[in-house]
Amino acid sequence: MSQPFRTEKGGRIDRAEELTFTFDGEELHGHAGDTLASALLANGVHLVGRSFKYHRPRGILTAGSEEPNALVGVYRKSDQTPNLRATQVELYDGLQAISQNRFPSLGFDVGAVNDLLSPLFPAGFYYKTFMWPKSFWDRVYEPIIRAAAGLGKPPKNPDHDTYGNLYAHCDVLIAGSGPSGLAAALAAAETGAKVILCDEQAEFGGSLLSETSATIDGKDPAVWVAYAVARLGAMDNVTLLPRTTAFGYFAHNFVALAERVTEHLADPDPRLPRERLWQVRAKEVVIAAGAIERPMVFPENDRPGILLADAGRTYLNRYGVKVGHKVLVATACDTAWQAAFDLADHGAEVVGIIDLRESPPESLVAIAAARGIRVEAGCVVTGTLGRKRVKAALLGRLMTSGQVASGGQIECDALLMSGGWTPTVSLFSQSRGKVVWDAEAGAFVPGKSVQKERSTGAANGLYGLEASLADGYAAGEGAARAATGKSAAIAHSRTSGGEAGSGGTLGALPHDRNASRVKAFVDYQNDVTAKDVKLAVREGMQSIEHIKRYTTTGMATDQGRLSNMNALQIASGALEKPLTDVGLTTFRQPFTPTTFGLFAGISRGDFFDPVRKTPSHDWAVAKGGLFEDVGQWKRAWYFPENGEDMHAAVERECRTVRKSVGLFDASTLGKIEVVGPDAAEFLERMYTNPWKKLAPGRCRYGLLLNDAGYITDDGVIGRLADDRFHVTTTTGGAASVFATMEDYLQTEWPDLDVWITSTTDQYAVAAVQGPKAREVIAPFIEGIDLSAEALPHMSVREATFCGVPCRLFRISFTGELGFEINVSRRHGKMMWETLAGEIEKHGGAAYGTEAMHVLRAEKGYIIIGQDTDGTVTPQDAGMTWAIGKKKPDFVGKRGLERPDLKAENRKQLVGLLTRDPKIKLEEGAQVTILENPATGTPAEGHVTSSYFSPALDRTIALAIVKNGHALEGKTLYVPMPEGSIPVEVAGTVFYDKEGARLNV
Amino acid sequence: MLLIYCPYCEIERAETEFHCGGEAHIARPSDPEKTTEDDWVEFLYMRSNTKGIAAERWRHIHGCGRFFNAVRNTVSDEFLNIYKTGEAKPDLEAFAREAGK
Ligand SMILES: [Zn+2]
Repeated sequence: MSQPFRTEKGGRIDRAEELTFTFDGEELHGHAGDTLASALLANGVHLVGRSFKYHRPRGILTAGSEEPNALVGVYRKSDQTPNLRATQVELYDGLQAISQNRFPSLGFDVGAVNDLLSPLFPAGFYYKTFMWPKSFWDRVYEPIIRAAAGLGKPPKNPDHDTYGNLYAHCDVLIAGSGPSGLAAALAAAETGAKVILCDEQAEFGGSLLSETSATIDGKDPAVWVAYAVARLGAMDNVTLLPRTTAFGYFAHNFVALAERVTEHLADPDPRLPRERLWQVRAKEVVIAAGAIERPMVFPENDRPGILLADAGRTYLNRYGVKVGHKVLVATACDTAWQAAFDLADHGAEVVGIIDLRESPPESLVAIAAARGIRVEAGCVVTGTLGRKRVKAALLGRLMTSGQVASGGQIECDALLMSGGWTPTVSLFSQSRGKVVWDAEAGAFVPGKSVQKERSTGAANGLYGLEASLADGYAAGEGAARAATGKSAAIAHSRTSGGEAGSGGTLGALPHDRNASRVKAFVDYQNDVTAKDVKLAVREGMQSIEHIKRYTTTGMATDQGRLSNMNALQIASGALEKPLTDVGLTTFRQPFTPTTFGLFAGISRGDFFDPVRKTPSHDWAVAKGGLFEDVGQWKRAWYFPENGEDMHAAVERECRTVRKSVGLFDASTLGKIEVVGPDAAEFLERMYTNPWKKLAPGRCRYGLLLNDAGYITDDGVIGRLADDRFHVTTTTGGAASVFATMEDYLQTEWPDLDVWITSTTDQYAVAAVQGPKAREVIAPFIEGIDLSAEALPHMSVREATFCGVPCRLFRISFTGELGFEINVSRRHGKMMWETLAGEIEKHGGAAYGTEAMHVLRAEKGYIIIGQDTDGTVTPQDAGMTWAIGKKKPDFVGKRGLERPDLKAENRKQLVGLLTRDPKIKLEEGAQVTILENPATGTPAEGHVTSSYFSPALDRTIALAIVKNGHALEGKTLYVPMPEGSIPVEVAGTVFYDKEGARLNV
Repeated sequence: MLLIYCPYCEIERAETEFHCGGEAHIARPSDPEKTTEDDWVEFLYMRSNTKGIAAERWRHIHGCGRFFNAVRNTVSDEFLNIYKTGEAKPDLEAFAREAGK
């Protein structure tokens, strides 16, 4: 099939294997070994996308992961992955790709009108335009911004793929497999060190795969690559990871790698993940990330058909693709000349080499002359023509005055450019190292290492094949020695050719065009021009970090790897400050865009967060109960019967508990076993209440403060023996209370002989509450006397339930006669089903958390975190009775003495009764003194709990109100949109104030 | 992710096994009743929030459960010393001088 720009021979593609793919629905052909980018270019397709802001036609610019333009969507598994770089998408048979950011089509894009309107979109456009009026923020501006944001379309379905995760340890991790990386790997591996070599590309070798004019050990560099990879592959101490990007360098030499496992395959094994996250802890890291070429900043430098020179050479030598038939090369450095020579040797017409420099090296000029290539020195490109593909370039001749004179125009169908090279310092920067300016390299290079890493080769500003290999060997040896103390001598390969060359330029090039009408792009992906950077400086941006955010230069997916140096130079000129004083923005993780799937791994769906279920869970599901999430717990909320709504179900459950009996699963309560000779002393110090005189077999309500004096938790604590307590905590506080206890025990009171153990998950707890509670449990409890005399309220006993050991508490969170039975978790289901069956005989019912809340509120029992908020003291909550006043110390005792905590005007917990008993207040509603306070009047407090109380046949509420205790009987107001609601301040106990129902 | 040495388990483990407990060597006054207002506030709220060499409490919460102390450079994240609860506070100035070299 016709691939008009494919060379006749050469390249690393498999010409025998032809692949079919589509781009925007058009069927095209390529070969195994192609990337989507090289295959498109082989078919003469340069126009692959539209730019972000101006919707300008854009083509493939690079051959690497820094590609800013060629972002495509790829269909896979009946969905589409957006924003993949065509330069990194490996071609497979049947691949379907689409262009992005165009409507209705790539060739005719309505959004391109933005290009004509571009004077309306200067730097800082968003900040200037979408400011006023404020009322437009939500309804007008945000939809506009959202519609314009982003390039590709997000996938429609949940991610079909799976993602793997691996932890690995090694002596030496080498990121990058160009000449330096391979040499480093060979040198390190030979010492026996455990080596991981990774490279973001499909094949190892980096620049060596497109280097045809040099030799290593007298052979083609690609032959040496094959030798090196085979040698490394044969060693047990080496792990080779192609298609693997080292995307994050974190503290303590922790490096994250993203391995693309199946995305490049037409028909992958479904058992394999799409990608695999490697979490590598390396003793030493060698950064061999290479360098990338800089675009030249001249007007219209963004037309399709304009590529970086080295990319043009890579497409030619590695993929067998000519970027054009009539190629113009514009450069400021030597290396681009070789691209011209290679293209000429493959039969492309090189219409000229335009070198910014007055006198390029004579040796290069001579080679060009031998090939009949026109050379223009001291010349720049001042513009380009062509709409969807470059068709000619305007030339400008540099004059001694610094002005530019028109130099005519040259027809071409491709333009290769090179502004010089920029070392890839991203990983070094992520390792927290600071770059330093290397005047000779004309680049920022890695400075002092902060972590155990070293940069080598081009990543270190060192160019040329010979130097890169030598530096790589040294880096590998050095890293292995540092990691293992071992070294080994290996023969160093010899090279010829591949000289570093010289030259390079930074910033915008001079031209003779109308500066206000032309666009010279600095950051292609974000459509930032040289003008925008200058405008940012004119408008007061001084720091490069501000310029970056104002113009968005360097904020594209390449993080400014292509654009930063040019932007910096332009800013430096505009600020009239040396480049080194302007500073460089920091490179951060990830190096290239990384999928959310990779980070999520298996932590999706059911595996996102553990779900904790109670012993009654299955029973509650079968019963049609509804659940609510309480932390990780699924708790039964209410159990509707016969089509009841929530209100009706909760009301029935509450009435049943007060009238006969209810069954509630309290297994989620935190439980801590406190054991040892000093157990009582320990609790004495932790909780506000006194414990030493509590007799074994009795319980007490415990209140826990922090040392500031505020309530943090509560729960009933039973004393089982002199040296053993069964502590309960709130459901949400289980872990934090345990951690707090450990903290005090280990670090403040190591003298205490106490052991604490979390037993939350070890016990299942059933609460049986109501006048008939004793009758319900009696048939199953053996070993103790359940009578009120033998087992009064607030007692605990060890007994058996249906023959299995249990801890039986006579306690109540409802105000009714109540028992809480603790059995081993494995007997929980048996206990629940036994009791559920039994309560039916007594007209009882299971009740959920909502009824539990209503019942406790009727009794004024607080819920920590709902009726308290971390600033409530026991006095505020009306619970001074819980404080052991004779105790010399407990956590929070001193805190309570602080003046602020004893001051007047503190907010205190009160009950509120609406004047109209049918009106239920909103939890969180503000409480005021005046019926209609002026706007801005501070509230006196807020409603913390609010319910309809079946027992009182009216609504009730709890609230935190300033000086609330003194306001009992007074009328306050709860202003709502529909009008102010008058409320009367009451005590917090609404039902059975004497507690008669508890003691039966 | 930090790599942290537990002095009780005598092994290096990933940060996810640990919990940082804030600044170390802030003892709860032994006689709170006699502690002045200012001293109590100092104990409750005042922390040095050091940029540089700091002594911190760590707990091997998903391991042995024990608290220990560590000297860490909060800028570079380097651990300079790890010691058991109850052991004396090291000379942080000396570590700072060493790190500043
Ligand atoms: Zn440990």
